[in-house]
Amino acid sequence: MSLPDAEHLLVVLADQIRPRVGADTALVGLHTGGVWLAQRLHALLGLMQPAGSLDVSFYRDDYAKRGLARDTRSSSLPFEVEGRHLILVDDVLHTGRTVRAALNELFDYGRPLRVELAVLVDRGGRELPVAPTYCAATLDLPPGQRVKLAQDGDTLSLRLTGS
Amino acid sequence: MARNPQLNRHGELQHLLTTEGLPRDVITRILDTAEPFTVVAEREVKKLPLLRGKSVFNLFFENSTRTRTTFEIAAKRLSADVINLNIATSSTNKGETLLDTVDNLAAMQADMFVVRHASSGAPYLIAQHLEATGRDHIHVINAGDGRHAHPTQGLLDMYTIRHYKRDFTQLSVAVVGDILHSRVARSQIHALTTLGVPDLRAIAPKTLLPADIDRLGCRVFHDMAEGLRGVDVVMMLRLQNERMQGSLLPSPQEYFKFFGLTQEKLALAKPDAIVLHPGPMNRGVEIDSAVADGRQAVILPQVTFGIAVRMAVMAMLAGN
Repeated sequence: MSLPDAEHLLVVLADQIRPRVGADTALVGLHTGGVWLAQRLHALLGLMQPAGSLDVSFYRDDYAKRGLARDTRSSSLPFEVEGRHLILVDDVLHTGRTVRAALNELFDYGRPLRVELAVLVDRGGRELPVAPTYCAATLDLPPGQRVKLAQDGDTLSLRLTGS
Repeated sequence: MARNPQLNRHGELQHLLTTEGLPRDVITRILDTAEPFTVVAEREVKKLPLLRGKSVFNLFFENSTRTRTTFEIAAKRLSADVINLNIATSSTNKGETLLDTVDNLAAMQADMFVVRHASSGAPYLIAQHLEATGRDHIHVINAGDGRHAHPTQGLLDMYTIRHYKRDFTQLSVAVVGDILHSRVARSQIHALTTLGVPDLRAIAPKTLLPADIDRLGCRVFHDMAEGLRGVDVVMMLRLQNERMQGSLLPSPQEYFKFFGLTQEKLALAKPDAIVLHPGPMNRGVEIDSAVADGRQAVILPQVTFGIAVRMAVMAMLAGN
């Protein structure tokens, strides 16, 4: 199957978010694809606040089953979370479990005013009541199939992985 | 080949008993994993949910307020329930054996034992007993056994060195002091060797060196001025007064004169050399206050990093 062009979707997503940003808005990318996206969106939107990043490994609900992920990175929120408008950014929305973990982590930094979710692709298959606020494309993929963002130099693209 | 008793059949960390024989990639993974835990300590809420619902038993058959406290903080920041048992003053005095104590606590649904014991090998004995009786879901961390090992101290020292010096394969490192009685020194030396430190030195009076020091891969010095020349890292050890039997040393004053770290002696190391000490310090015995409080000392960062390293070890064990 052919996948949409990630660079095009990035522009679509930025156009959706642009009318809603204020001086207090900050982007928070979820490792790894979401961090690349957040950096690109940050530049496209010309935001005042620096972009943050979360690695939700410490909050995953499959830790007991799968152990601690290798290459867990440090989360970094270089701004006060308290009272801020935050937009979580991820490449692909699937089960919703990563978003659940990210929300839990976020609230250990403070109480944001509002949290929204921006994703490049919604591929369905939700296991939790999570919906994106901004979404550039929806894909209908069979359960075993996975799609993820890749970065080649400065260019983003979507790739299929798994069976 | 016999399986490393610390690793499970997938080569993952099952217990942490010693840094000896711990593969380089496992050590590196522990250090890598500790890094994001240091960030958590700077947050509003310092807790993580990883060990929620788990029970960690601190089994201290030998007193140590500091080490027990750091393990307790690490476990609590991972949301575990922590039970402290100072067994030095408890049931073994009533005649209970080590393994009976362990069996009783295991029957209380323990998930992890942090063990400090005056006898070398006690944590290994516990780990072996748990596996032999089909309770290998319970993990054991050695928090110091006799003169044998103190692996989390060794690992937090490695974390500290890497934080300031990055590349182990370029370093000159001196371990200074009472190496004979020091489980910390052994854990440091094994880890430093595994991580590829090319110039490892042991500086101590002849009476405070173990017989097998050459086999450990150290160059031996009996003179501070010679041993410290050009080193990047100085790892001081505590003079173990309570472990001294007989007269290995003339007096603490005499020891300070020859082996105490002063600014003058430290000046022989590289200008950017760092000074570590596992604590508690005997000021004026193995280290001068001017050095302990000086700009090259990283003794308090060691304590902070120690929490993150212990969190990383606990989180890795509980997930394997």
